[in-house]
Amino acid sequence: MDGSPATWVGQSIERVEDATLLSGRGRYIDDLGTRPGTLHAAILRSSHAHAAIEAIEVAAARALPGVAAVLTGTDLAAITTPLVASVRAPIEARAMATDRVRYVGEPVAVVVAADRYIAEDALDLIEVTYRPRLAVVDPEAALAPAAPVLHDGLGGNLASERAFTYGDPDAAFAQAPHRISITSRYPRNTGSPIETYGVIAEYDPHEDAFDVLANFQGPFSIHAVVARALAVPGNRLRLRMPPDSGGSFGVKQGVAPYVVLIAAAARLVGRPVKWIEDRLEHLAASVAATNRVTTLSAAVDRDGRVLALDWDQLEDCGAYLRAPEPATLYRMHGNMTGAYAIRHVKIRNRVVLTNKTPTGLVRGFGGPQVYYPLERLMQRIAVELGLDPIDIIRRNLIPAETFPYRTATGALYDSGDYAHALDIALRDGGYQALCEKRDHARAEGRLYGIGIAAVVEPSVSNMGYITTVLTAAERRKAGPKNGAQANATVSLDPLGAVTVQVASVPQGQGHRTVLAQVIADVFGLRPIDIRVITDLDTAKDAWSIASGNYSSRFAPAVAGAAKLAAEKLRARLARIAASQLNTLADDLVFAGGKITSRCNPGLVLPFNRIAATSHWAPGTMPDDVGQAIRETVFWTPPELTAPTEADEVNSSLCHGFILDFCGVEIDRITGKARIDKYVTMHDCGTILHPGMVDGQIRGGFAQGLGAAVFEELAYGDDGAFIAGSFADYLLPTATEVPRIDILHIATPSPFTPLGAKGVGEGNCMSTPVCLANAVADALGVAAIDLPLTPAKLAALARGDEAPPPAGIASTKAAKPGDRTLRGAGETTVAASPETLWAMLLDPDILAGLIPGSHGVRKLSDTRFQATVTLGIGPVKGKYRADVSLADLTPPREATLTGAITGGLGSGDGRGCVTLTPDGAGTAIAYTYEVAVGGKIASIGDRLLDGATKIIIGQFFAALARKAGGSKPTSSRFARLRAWLRIGR
Amino acid sequence: MTLLNQKQKHRVSFTLNGVPVEIEVAPRTLLTDALRHGLGATGTHVGCEHGVCGACTIQINGAPARACLTLAVQVEGCVVRTVEGLAPAPDQDGQYRLSILQAAFRRHHALQCGFCTAGILMSLDAFLRETPLPSVEAITEVIGGHLCRCTGYAPIIDAAMEAAAELRGDAKHV
Ligand code: FES
Ligand code: FES
Repeated sequence: MDGSPATWVGQSIERVEDATLLSGRGRYIDDLGTRPGTLHAAILRSSHAHAAIEAIEVAAARALPGVAAVLTGTDLAAITTPLVASVRAPIEARAMATDRVRYVGEPVAVVVAADRYIAEDALDLIEVTYRPRLAVVDPEAALAPAAPVLHDGLGGNLASERAFTYGDPDAAFAQAPHRISITSRYPRNTGSPIETYGVIAEYDPHEDAFDVLANFQGPFSIHAVVARALAVPGNRLRLRMPPDSGGSFGVKQGVAPYVVLIAAAARLVGRPVKWIEDRLEHLAASVAATNRVTTLSAAVDRDGRVLALDWDQLEDCGAYLRAPEPATLYRMHGNMTGAYAIRHVKIRNRVVLTNKTPTGLVRGFGGPQVYYPLERLMQRIAVELGLDPIDIIRRNLIPAETFPYRTATGALYDSGDYAHALDIALRDGGYQALCEKRDHARAEGRLYGIGIAAVVEPSVSNMGYITTVLTAAERRKAGPKNGAQANATVSLDPLGAVTVQVASVPQGQGHRTVLAQVIADVFGLRPIDIRVITDLDTAKDAWSIASGNYSSRFAPAVAGAAKLAAEKLRARLARIAASQLNTLADDLVFAGGKITSRCNPGLVLPFNRIAATSHWAPGTMPDDVGQAIRETVFWTPPELTAPTEADEVNSSLCHGFILDFCGVEIDRITGKARIDKYVTMHDCGTILHPGMVDGQIRGGFAQGLGAAVFEELAYGDDGAFIAGSFADYLLPTATEVPRIDILHIATPSPFTPLGAKGVGEGNCMSTPVCLANAVADALGVAAIDLPLTPAKLAALARGDEAPPPAGIASTKAAKPGDRTLRGAGETTVAASPETLWAMLLDPDILAGLIPGSHGVRKLSDTRFQATVTLGIGPVKGKYRADVSLADLTPPREATLTGAITGGLGSGDGRGCVTLTPDGAGTAIAYTYEVAVGGKIASIGDRLLDGATKIIIGQFFAALARKAGGSKPTSSRFARLRAWLRIGR
Repeated sequence: MTLLNQKQKHRVSFTLNGVPVEIEVAPRTLLTDALRHGLGATGTHVGCEHGVCGACTIQINGAPARACLTLAVQVEGCVVRTVEGLAPAPDQDGQYRLSILQAAFRRHHALQCGFCTAGILMSLDAFLRETPLPSVEAITEVIGGHLCRCTGYAPIIDAAMEAAAELRGDAKHV
């Protein structure tokens, strides 16, 4: 007896990863040593949403001691090619901009230096001259004929458009008694792992080969994209991933362009180069989920049965269409009817480009954007028909007896019993009691609502789904794409110990523990006997284009492949043992570290000994067994076929089911939504490790909550990025995340070796809309978009805005956009107006007067350019000011107009200065009006106003000093200043 | 107050997890960089470098502090403790052990990627020393000073409460 359970699979054992991580011995990318002589990179990024790059002045940066190179997009373009996209369109995407920037944060230059501090110093010395162009950030506005165009060759901003029809939706809409519609604008958010991107790269010119370590997570289709961009065959791009990763949630797929950038930089400087992204870079320019505008209509009969759906989806992929996008739009294509039996569907999919960071795959990719409108619509159907929302859901659910169920758009749902899951969720989750609580709260005049969401969670993406963006004819030309190759290698060493290697690239999910459980069961060992290696090396390990950590493919696909590999090896070991024990292989049982005969339990061999046989004595093995040292299995499910001629696609292999409901109370005054209760029911097939499954659900819920209430990668109308730090992009903390009730049923998948389905993304799909449904119920509003910020809810609760009728867009939430600061002041200086006039036109003197100035250049008699470093509150940055003088009346009056631009924001302003003789001195009076945008505009009013006053005050104080001291005046301001001893 | 020359490197001496250490740093070198890249104590992580995420939290003279907001020169003469110093020494058989708090984290699956974990452990370790009988609300507040993107926090709170009980001697886990 070794105290082992019947199977290790299904037990919440302690994770093999944890002791190492808990004691600070993890090996994340920035923890690994680099080769002697490795240089460090820092990236200069565009402060403009849209501008032509007219010049990049790098001499000063290059001259800084410790700087090895300053590289621009043109340098890079000489040895790289554009990143290939999934859609053929004249959109050139490169790792670094060449002549034009199209989003704030786009790389413009990279400094490679002895250390990161020096590299960042050098960034400050690079001067980029931009010619700003008009930017467009709103996806609908980007389609307008007069909208600024991002990619000239495209003619407009529409990158792709396809229309699909399944069944006979027009007839269904014509016959249905009701047509109910909803429009939603799903905002931008991101996974925001706590570890940022990192790349360490080197290049061997003799072999023309790159060796790159990056915290990339797959999909490995991107390996091909990176190799092509670096202009080498795939076997000359060795990509390695570190043993540990600090989370990803899809986002680390987006490190790929930086692999190109840093690898190319390493090639150009002839030394290894390391780059670790910082948080500000990550928020501005890593990867965002797509924002999407959707209008969804349903043809509904009298009982609330949905007969047909009509989808109009406008997907905003940001400034470039970066592979694998538009994957987010097509990932759900087979699931557009969700959990419901709806046979008639119409879809229009459009992809638009705007001046925002390019998008990528973020946990749930496509799911949140689809289920938000779909489940909001189900709620609206209940409201408009006056029916119970639970009845509407139940009436439309796919019946249990129809599985495997083929959806109208082509998905083959593997298994499920949705009605049963709904019943159990309502019963065990206490739905009845929650309804009573709501009624009670409402009777007291409180704002309390219940939200429900039914979601099908797809997992194991079909490599072919993305080709649905092409027409059938284009697909025929390009050749078929399908499947989802998963692989695992199990090997035995000369002492008979077992090692497993997979290409699943875990990002903290505990794959090593689950694989140890799965393999222990196959061999009758304990998980601690199994060693699992998950750091991947594309030059040496088995992998496929589908490898990686995405679409929740680990449990259903990778763990299954590992089981199959171990079983193959076990069959051979059984043959070897059978020949030694003189029995049949079928008679042998692998348990307790031994191989035992079932018929004659006296016949026993230790596992290790048999497992080592193939090393020590291959000659003693039965002839046809072959080796029993290492087995690699590649597994791809036959169900994942290419899209049909009619555009039906089985976009994913597995389909879990989620039923969430919640109770939310909204504070009438503050607008704060308090989650009173949240229940989430999951059917993810066979559960391999209950603790980890619940961990995925809790983590997914917290991210869904963040997306619903706190998080938005917000942009000003001018394209300025205004969520650039963790003080602006708010992740939920422990005090905001409530406890949730998790329930399970299990209908094992018939399509996967272990019966498991994916579970990693579901709550990112279900939670945002479940919460929104509760808020809509509480407030009685028809249209509501995320994030559900207190300000928005308070306004709705007060009824400031009459809720627009269904189908009409809600008004856009006010953004911290552009703001105008106004001020005036006066001071008296002991110098003549003529002296002051001359001083104000002298660039050298001005350079000494302007606070934080790095120098002033006189471009003409009336145009000046200054570089200044300003700190306003927590936001300190370098800016360039361009100032022109007009309406000159020497030496009395001048009007200044100017623009100031920098990484943290911009301003446009106008000022007027008058000089009036005052005894022996001069009275200076000034007024100004500055409109600020970008990050600095998101700083609190008082701080910004106060800071502006101080900076302008400092300028005139310096002027007074320089001109010979300020004369005591009677002005109140001067008296106050004297009293405070400011300025002298 | 000593004035430091910006152009020069300075020798800083302090105690790191009970061992005296010395390192040469520029005045602007962050403590995170000095610990991780200078001294090889990579258990302290950097998630934001602006004081919000808490991943870099360590203890300076017993009090939790953000290492990313601390200059290395500021810890001259201090007692610094990082995650590497949390576990007790290996037992007599040479078996590596975890502290009560660390072991509770493992039991409760209070970490996934583990990137935020070191900072949370250091905050909780300091807090539990001063507050042996914490309320769930107080524990939640402490954890609320950290960002974890993986776990949804509930298991971290459970682990901390259980560790508090065990540290008081109310409960024992084997
Ligand atoms: S790295 Fe120090 S608080 Fe985030
Ligand atoms: S465990 Fe990954 S961030 Fe906390």
